[in-house]
Amino acid sequence: MTATHTRAAGPTASSGRTTTYREAMREALREALRTDQRVFLMGEDVGRYGGCFGVSLGLLEEFGPERVRDAPLSESAFVGAGIGAALAGMRPIVEIMTVNFSLLALDQILNNAATLLHMSGGQLPVPIVIRMTTGAGRQLAAQHSHSLEGWYAHIPGLRVLAPATLTDARHMLAPALADPDPVLIFEHGSLYNVSGVLPADAGPVDIGHAAVRRTGTDVSLITYGGCLPKALAAADDLASGGISAEVVDLRSLRPLDDATIGDSVARTHRAVVVDEGWRTGSLAAEISARLTEQHFYDLDAPVERVCSAEVPVPYARRLEQAALPQPDGIVAAARRSVGDLVAAGADAVERRPITGGPG
Amino acid sequence: MTSARTSRMPRPAARPNRQTAHRLALLESMLRVRRFEERCVELYSAARIRGFMHLYIGEEAVAVGVNEALTDDDAVVSTYREHGHALARGVPAEAIMAEMFGKVTGCSRGRGGSMHLFDAGRRFYGGNAIVGGGLPLAAGLALADRMTGLARVTCCFFGDGAFAEGEFHETANLAALWGLPLLLVCENNLYAMGTALARHQAQTDLALRAAGYGMVSWPVDGMDVLAVEDAARRAAEAVRAGAGPHFLEMRTYRFRAHSMYDPDRYRDRAEIEHWKERDPVEGLARRMRDAKELSDKARTALEDRLAAEVDRAVAAADQAPEEPVEDLLTYVTSPVEAIRP
Repeated sequence: MTATHTRAAGPTASSGRTTTYREAMREALREALRTDQRVFLMGEDVGRYGGCFGVSLGLLEEFGPERVRDAPLSESAFVGAGIGAALAGMRPIVEIMTVNFSLLALDQILNNAATLLHMSGGQLPVPIVIRMTTGAGRQLAAQHSHSLEGWYAHIPGLRVLAPATLTDARHMLAPALADPDPVLIFEHGSLYNVSGVLPADAGPVDIGHAAVRRTGTDVSLITYGGCLPKALAAADDLASGGISAEVVDLRSLRPLDDATIGDSVARTHRAVVVDEGWRTGSLAAEISARLTEQHFYDLDAPVERVCSAEVPVPYARRLEQAALPQPDGIVAAARRSVGDLVAAGADAVERRPITGGPG
Repeated sequence: MTSARTSRMPRPAARPNRQTAHRLALLESMLRVRRFEERCVELYSAARIRGFMHLYIGEEAVAVGVNEALTDDDAVVSTYREHGHALARGVPAEAIMAEMFGKVTGCSRGRGGSMHLFDAGRRFYGGNAIVGGGLPLAAGLALADRMTGLARVTCCFFGDGAFAEGEFHETANLAALWGLPLLLVCENNLYAMGTALARHQAQTDLALRAAGYGMVSWPVDGMDVLAVEDAARRAAEAVRAGAGPHFLEMRTYRFRAHSMYDPDRYRDRAEIEHWKERDPVEGLARRMRDAKELSDKARTALEDRLAAEVDRAVAAADQAPEEPVEDLLTYVTSPVEAIRP
């Protein structure tokens, strides 16, 4: 485990400044546009509007409409155009409003961006970065709230990233742009307003590796993106009950950093995977399977999973919150894992039968 | 509407060369495609070529005429029916045949096959088997040229079937909106796989519809290579000069079925025979013979030369090594050293 892996998420550095996830992301974009003339930002409302989540506010004035390019509501065309521009030597950053809308561009992302390098026998790398929001929690209902990053993590040829901290929001973009292959960055919508201290010494993020955000000895909470704050909150709760939880932030959903995940579980012998995707066929399922394949004899308990309920995300706040992974559900799963069955409760949310799934 | 389109057609600034040598070159290029694909049929029947294979026979005038109007710096985006586009672009027959044999010397190192031919050096961006999928990509190549100030043309071939796909309409809107240097070449061969044009398009005048996006658009006799070249030259020159995207509806016909698997039950034999009377290859050869530009002896010599070229391609592909299975996972992502310099 290198120092990079264990870089703390919080404001441990002696110097730094207070900022938000949104501003950190914007600063990363500004830096990219300033340092490389091949870089341009393209997407719906990225220019005059300032980005539908306010991420690119002010960049149009600074860089002009050629490089901060408002696109029509045509996901397939502007994502495909980004891919073509990348083939021609540009370094496009394409913003899609939400992962739900990215499905309109799925053909371009899967059949072209992810495939051209291989299908051309190595002749056509596609150095594109595609950013989009993901996740629920803002009462936007089913067509603006899903967590489909696990689907993209299924696809060979893509790199899939999920910045969960201010440092990652600020410093993931540069290495993503340096990657000659397509990189998808999933920004959880509930993180944009998170504020904190961005360490002054924060440097480029190692996008190939997971990060241990909190060390612990009893159970590993393995998560990413919007669920990281929930896992950290659960770890605080568990600590007050005498259970030491380690929190692993995957950071890269493809490729998965088996070594960091495995090292953690080899120490704690228990794993809870927290994933806002639906349980069936999820990223959590993949991690659970890998742990069984690679660390069966390290495990003292079955791998637990805390995922979203198998339902299109509902609008009503009470229902929406019930559908999503929550700290108490993570705490319950961790307690089951360490054998504290009474505390976990017999009717814990995550033991509910799946409805509408295969079984 | 027709007169409106006609009035917007650019002037014929550089008429195609009408000299005998030029016509002979066009004939040779079309014949190369024809003979190459006829050999492909034999090799497919012998199970040397596998997978889906879509033949271009009957449409040769389009690829050859359009490519005459492009320079080496321009880009070409193609479909799954792209043997003709690739050959006319200058991709060696040997590299294409080796690709279809799945050999390491293939133009996509055996990863693509008939439907996915690529040649980055010749700016030939293949080889797209999703109907309409190459269109946004082509817009992006054109966008990059526009942003970097390069006076290049990106030419995208696609069929009438793609007109029903959202990707055509999204791309047409984007390209016209942004004035991209894009030449859209629709090969209207009257069938989207097995479905006739009138059965898959609400309005079958495709040039008319493209004009609705504010693009200069006109129909072209796709069975006449000289007409194709003339129209492509005018359009390419206008695109290169910054006039925005242009649309050419090439009215053509494929003499063979959609793919080798297709029993072709949806077309009348009489219809096919009618179109074969307008064979672009034999049509030009006949005109040249009548004009005493092509003697029987010269024709025979040309045929012999092309047969030998195809023979060499097949022999070379045959002898080329297979791609080793140990290399299965190469080219999924770029080598690590490319990521961390």
